[in-house]
Amino acid sequence: MKDRVSKKVKDMQPSGIRAFFDLVLGMKDVISLGVGEPDFVTPWQIREAGIYSLEEGFTSYTSNKGLMKLRLSISRYLKNKTGVQYCPDEEILITVGVSEAVDLALRTLVEPGDKVLIPSPSYVSYAPLTELLGAEAVRIDTGKNNFKLTPKELEKHIDPRTKLMIFNYPANPTGTSYTKKELKEINRVLLKHSVFCITDEVYGDLTYDFEHTHFASLAGAQKNTLYLDGFSKSYAMTGWRIGFACGPKDIIAGMTKIHQYTIMCVSITAQMAACEALQSGRSAVEEMKREYRRRRELIVDGLQKMGLDCLKPDGAFYVFPCVKKTGMNAMQFAEGLLKTQKVAVVPGTAFGPHYENYIRISYASSIENLKEALVRMKAFLQRR
Amino acid sequence: MNEIIEILEKDARTSPEDIAKMLKKKPAAIKEAIKKMEKEGIILKYKTVVNPDLVKEEAPRVRALIEVSITPQKDLGFDRIAERIYSFPEVSSCYLVSGTYDLLLIVEGKDLHTVARFVAEKLSPLENVKGTATHFLLKKYKEDGVILKHREENKRIAITY
Repeated sequence: MKDRVSKKVKDMQPSGIRAFFDLVLGMKDVISLGVGEPDFVTPWQIREAGIYSLEEGFTSYTSNKGLMKLRLSISRYLKNKTGVQYCPDEEILITVGVSEAVDLALRTLVEPGDKVLIPSPSYVSYAPLTELLGAEAVRIDTGKNNFKLTPKELEKHIDPRTKLMIFNYPANPTGTSYTKKELKEINRVLLKHSVFCITDEVYGDLTYDFEHTHFASLAGAQKNTLYLDGFSKSYAMTGWRIGFACGPKDIIAGMTKIHQYTIMCVSITAQMAACEALQSGRSAVEEMKREYRRRRELIVDGLQKMGLDCLKPDGAFYVFPCVKKTGMNAMQFAEGLLKTQKVAVVPGTAFGPHYENYIRISYASSIENLKEALVRMKAFLQRR
Repeated sequence: MNEIIEILEKDARTSPEDIAKMLKKKPAAIKEAIKKMEKEGIILKYKTVVNPDLVKEEAPRVRALIEVSITPQKDLGFDRIAERIYSFPEVSSCYLVSGTYDLLLIVEGKDLHTVARFVAEKLSPLENVKGTATHFLLKKYKEDGVILKHREENKRIAITY
């Protein structure tokens, strides 16, 4: 048969750990710390708003950019929280999660041959989506510096072809985040070299030791930043698939063009529920955040006592310990742990080629599960 | 809110050592804080929440909500008569409420007859009780924030980015 899949798509790197995922999905009674989403269900008042909207007959398309009511709420909310004003009409687009927004943003901004900086380890989609456009994904390895991007490393990787950076903080898979002071330095370098910044701040609400700083609130940053966020992580709404992009109007207009031909609009049910989330969901977010923070302390303490090198993450719900000391690489560790103790974690290689000695552990799981998983991990290490 | 209380309200069996880890404190400090709250009456007791529908050995107990109208006593208001009422072991909860009646009781008994007898023979004859209305509970859905239903299986896919 003639090969009908395009070269571009064939050239996309498939996930190197697909086989491992299949192994996990084929097993029963696994304690999974491999999940990239909250273990909470969406707070009831938000679910109820979705149900009510269906009862009321809200089953139609919305405007391409999303319900004006929702864009207004987002605009007001951000102004209040970060001081940054986004025009609901021209500077906000409602998207199918941050995932769609990343794709739209790259397609709007990147030309073939451009370079896109990706501080790594990074979320899985940034590099493949960049490469799909014929652009070059330039990973900046942060492993040597406690997974933190330094202004120096950033500057070292910038050249005339560098178009933009995708900056995710708090980061998946490391939980690393940045203080305002650190962000100012990064912003300074980006502005100096006219490198655009796409920020993925979807874990922003889950920052534990200091206030999350909205990148666009830094001096001079708003014109140079496209801010992506969503309801998935903080409001436990992953399955609703709803997020948003805020930024300069030319970019939002460009993204809206692609969005209107591919997606048309985000599900109206999700948009109605998101309105409710902004209106009444904050206390639930705070409560979940306190719970995550307690789990973080528990898991970091447990891993460190086992002798694994593990930094305390600033945010999100992941830890990214190094397993080198055990004599195993990440894949051996993850497979062994799964097969002998039925605990699933994600090998670090999923997040970049340099991380064969790291695993990602998600603590979006009950205290009970985390404690049991720690006991099993300890047993796994002792039996070897 | 005090985070120790938040943790214990979710699971009263969480050990002081685990709470200490979660809150980055010393176990001794947690133990002391708990003891202090017990002493001050902030923490009154630790209870097990049981779903009576699933307890097979015993016949299920009958519960009723009883509205009680009362004539308040001079100088003592409702407190004295409330005390007389809530001291009966059959009364599991007792609240003073606003509205068309005064006290709201939750009364438990081994069967309908027992509860009815309590109302007729103990409660109604009290001098200051003007009237009562008894509502037998048919089904418990949620109690003290706990939904009385088997925990549903986790619906998440076991592994995602």
